[in-house]
Amino acid sequence: MDMNRIDELFWQKKNNILSVFYTAGYPDLNDTIAIARHLQAAGVDMIELGIPFSDPIADGPVIQHSNVRAISNGMNVKTLLDQVRAIRQEVAIPVVLMGYLNPVLQYGLEKFFFDTAAAGADGVILPDLPVHEYADKYKGLAQQAGLRVIFLVAPTTSDERIREIDETSTGFLYAVSLSGVTGARKQFSEEQEKFLDRLSRLKLKNPVLAGFGISNAESYQRVCRYVNGAIVGSAFIELLGKGGFDGEIKRFIEMLKEDQACVQ
Amino acid sequence: MYQVNEQGFYGEFGGAYIPEMLHPNIEELRTHYLDIMNDASFQNEFRKLLADFAGRPTPLYYAARLSEKYGARIYLKREDLCHTGAHKINNTIGQILLARRLGKTRIIAETGAGQHGVATATVCALMGMPCIVYMGKTDVERQKPNVARMRLLGAEVIPVTSGNATLKDATNEAMRHWITHPDDTHYIIGSVVGPHPFPDMVARFQSVISEEIREQLVRKEGNPYPDYVIACVGGGSNAAGAFYHFLEDEHVQLIGVEAAGKGLDSGHSAATLALGKPGILHGCKTMLMQTDDGQVTEPYSVSAGLDYPGVGPLHAHLFKTGRVTFMSATDEEALRAGLEVSRMEGIIPALETAHAFAVLNKLEFEKDDVVVMNLSGRGDKDLETYSKWI
Ligand SMILES: Cc1ncc(COP(=O)(O)O)c(C=O)c1O
Repeated sequence: MDMNRIDELFWQKKNNILSVFYTAGYPDLNDTIAIARHLQAAGVDMIELGIPFSDPIADGPVIQHSNVRAISNGMNVKTLLDQVRAIRQEVAIPVVLMGYLNPVLQYGLEKFFFDTAAAGADGVILPDLPVHEYADKYKGLAQQAGLRVIFLVAPTTSDERIREIDETSTGFLYAVSLSGVTGARKQFSEEQEKFLDRLSRLKLKNPVLAGFGISNAESYQRVCRYVNGAIVGSAFIELLGKGGFDGEIKRFIEMLKEDQACVQ
Repeated sequence: MYQVNEQGFYGEFGGAYIPEMLHPNIEELRTHYLDIMNDASFQNEFRKLLADFAGRPTPLYYAARLSEKYGARIYLKREDLCHTGAHKINNTIGQILLARRLGKTRIIAETGAGQHGVATATVCALMGMPCIVYMGKTDVERQKPNVARMRLLGAEVIPVTSGNATLKDATNEAMRHWITHPDDTHYIIGSVVGPHPFPDMVARFQSVISEEIREQLVRKEGNPYPDYVIACVGGGSNAAGAFYHFLEDEHVQLIGVEAAGKGLDSGHSAATLALGKPGILHGCKTMLMQTDDGQVTEPYSVSAGLDYPGVGPLHAHLFKTGRVTFMSATDEEALRAGLEVSRMEGIIPALETAHAFAVLNKLEFEKDDVVVMNLSGRGDKDLETYSKWI
């Protein structure tokens, strides 16, 4: 089988990886595809597409709002998989689907794994899927489908549990950099610094990307000192909400990379 | 057979489907709750507060006029006479004592009707702990007296505007708050919902209701077994408490009543078990009102406390196994029943509770059937709604 695009990315690039998260179907239903194209053109390394859910308990106002809008636009798992197929016609960077469990469960978890891989996505993140339930019941399926299944670790996660999650996670590990819900933060906090430092010393099997609160050049670059890269979500979605994304997306990504302090 | 298993499941329902950020909190609760609750000094403290602060045991009252009308021996379990006016205080006393033993210093809660919010604000005042209550903006408006009570008790009430601005949305916001304050905060969840161990913990705290019913029936009827126990079901905590010690006594018929809103087929309903499918919300697998795409449907009921699209996983299991019969009552039927109880027994029930009474005329009783109605709360908070309707 071909090497998974996520594995390939981390094999080729160890630092300053930039992954961008946005809600599929926002601001308009079919914008998902054009945004992916613009992100690749702007030099982003990976794309995470959010499957909207009515009750996103780990998300702040910006992503909540984008979910409400995407749902009313008619976004669902089936439509998203169609869009992933269209994205794959033009976009070569890894694509990861991220969403709460219930919409996926209604689609059928097993079917979701196979259809997601077949559509051309490379990994999934299901934050409310328990690690042990996945390991016991679904790990084999995901492997068979050739899909990476990425799990979260947080500042409150013990070293011991981080190692366990690292064992089960494939592709990379998603570090929730702060105790909180998604949303841009202006300042990079001491808590974030301490947690990422702790992670960087654990010598984990998986590469690590840090998300939650990363919104500007300063926070993106600070994160990159400790882990392999960062995930930017709310700040980008806020930009999309303002409409018109040709030049804007390019400028936003340039802004993140400005004065890059941590070189390869 | 109806107890939660080691993994936190009731049959296929339950579990802890939570993002990693909440894992340490839930794990801390899971590993400690039974030890703490079984500890003699905890039980001592809990029982003492139930007696001297909450006013337990609550009476089991023989309702002569209702009995005559419906042709059965109808008893009312008077949870409305608990301090703060509903069964909710049984749970909040238990949880705040538990939170203290876990070293927590702040309390958050969600509330629909405001009864759980008031009960939480009350125990926080008692223990000198800061208290934040999330409440949907719609509910803030329709349950004004309770908002005023919470504020008077020193709690901060935060109106929630997302979604339909009701109980589900308030619960989302409380969970977000907990994710943001994982170390020092305990979330006193208000019903038998949420990730394991909350449903089991809340059911155990509320089980004092059926414990008392058994003792009281021995004295009044000569044996502990009623023929029927009837309770309304929002998340299902008062029903869980009233059913708990009868679950294994299969000859006791247990009936839960959900809110049908404007009618089961109207698209404006909160009758989860009648309309839902298995799904995951607020950290547990349960029956859930949702679209084919897995988006949670906005529920509707005149009663803020029943206006929830899910139900506790215990009830989903009791539904699936057929141990409990679930019925529903519309807004109209509930209001009419509430008025009837007010005028025949001199007790104004909460709108939530009124739903339970609305099924009395749908059941066929034998003359000497013993029927226990769980009168979960009093209706002072609902005077505005009742008055508009009369
Ligand atoms: C008086 C009363 N009864 C019932 C309920 C419904 O909750 P549960 O189903 O958890 O008992 C409420 C909730 O607010 C209530 O205030």
